[in-house]
Amino acid sequence: MKIRVDPDKCQGHARCYSLAPELFEVDDYGQSTVIVDEVPPELEDKARLAIANCPEYAIEIISE
Amino acid sequence: MTHTAPVTDWATDFDVMDPGYLKDPFTIWDQLRQSCPIPHTDRRKSSWMPLRYDDVTAIAHDIEHFSSLKVAVIPADEDEDPNENWDGPSLEYGLPPISADPPLHTWTRRLLLPWFSHKRVDSYVPLTRELCRSLLDGFADKGHADAAADYAQQIPVRVIARILGVSTDMADTFTEWVRDVLEFADDQERRQAGVEGLLYYFVDQLAQRKEHPGDDLLSELLHTEVEGKQVDDGIVLGMAALVLIAGVDTTWSGIGSALWHLASHEEDRKRLVAEPDLMPTAVEELLRAYSPVTMAREVTQDVEYAGCPMKAGDKVLMNFPAANRDPEAFENPDVVQLDRAHNRHVAFGSGIHRCAGSNLARMELQVALEEWLTRIPEFTLAEGEEITWAGGQVRGPRILPVVFP
Repeated sequence: MKIRVDPDKCQGHARCYSLAPELFEVDDYGQSTVIVDEVPPELEDKARLAIANCPEYAIEIISE
Repeated sequence: MTHTAPVTDWATDFDVMDPGYLKDPFTIWDQLRQSCPIPHTDRRKSSWMPLRYDDVTAIAHDIEHFSSLKVAVIPADEDEDPNENWDGPSLEYGLPPISADPPLHTWTRRLLLPWFSHKRVDSYVPLTRELCRSLLDGFADKGHADAAADYAQQIPVRVIARILGVSTDMADTFTEWVRDVLEFADDQERRQAGVEGLLYYFVDQLAQRKEHPGDDLLSELLHTEVEGKQVDDGIVLGMAALVLIAGVDTTWSGIGSALWHLASHEEDRKRLVAEPDLMPTAVEELLRAYSPVTMAREVTQDVEYAGCPMKAGDKVLMNFPAANRDPEAFENPDVVQLDRAHNRHVAFGSGIHRCAGSNLARMELQVALEEWLTRIPEFTLAEGEEITWAGGQVRGPRILPVVFP
């Protein structure tokens, strides 16, 4: 599974980071980025949790 | 004051300060969402109030038609000037970035955000934890407490004072000023007293920091250059006032509502004590179910939105709390599910005005609950004692008597 954060949609809610700090980093201005190339299978549920909690619909699945 | 007359038709004459609404807005939202999801009122000022998630988020993203220059839910009697709500010494720029549109919004927000980044907020955890513990020391042995006044109310104001670099001895005075501005805004005299207190205090603090800068937020703002120019004193004053106003009532209300929920829902309280790993999703769920904050927008030009003829100058009350209870967006929205997986709540707003202090608020809520549940894992509402709720701009319990073994 590969995911990305759309920088134009991200508004810095940091919900992804607070729920899945293993997968996301947020800079000083709130911009979130994915820090893994491939989501490890054991963290796929956490990735889906982050996706389903983003109020801006900014996290996309690139490949399952 | 005519706007305090009883409400007979919520679709055309709503009142967010109605006593019944303050206590239980949820039933009214449910009825309106089905019959009239964007009710209107002429009380105080011509205002619309979207209640559905999709409408609230769409309007929050449409900054062309909906300006943030006037964000007060309760406008001043003469709401003609952009800064009328915050009348006082030189608030010529309002309270940027919250009461600003781009471009002022954009660069003032960038100055504030690093102070509330999750890394910076992590460094505030020890002092927040210590503060919660010392408050609990004050009443944990007594068997009863006012969870709002003795605990929730005491936490955010002291953390924000430390960030601003001002004395925590002023906490009670800060609280009073912020309540005057946000909760008692219908009382023009009281509102004015709060605004003046805040502004004269910060004018003095800023003057001191010009002479003797420290390592606090106020000092940094005063000594920052943007595009080669020092930030205008009026902008720094507005930003300082904003950080205090936005950082006190809001989070305190969130902590109070969460404690009200746990005091009145035994199963959830027991579950959170038994499963502390639930805390991150539980915090988001409590924020969703009891979102404290409604912010206003102002219509910039006549526009028809979802069949509503909105006129330039009308207010739109961005009811984020109601959006978070919309059954179209959340399954069983009125049921708190501490492990709710799908939860795109907008307690901190949506779009470019997402609460700049959301990391801080979330941390304070989590630490306040963790410390309370560690020390007082069993507690219930005190039977027969009245609970009071504030509402309008910020909803939360103000008197919350609880008992414990």
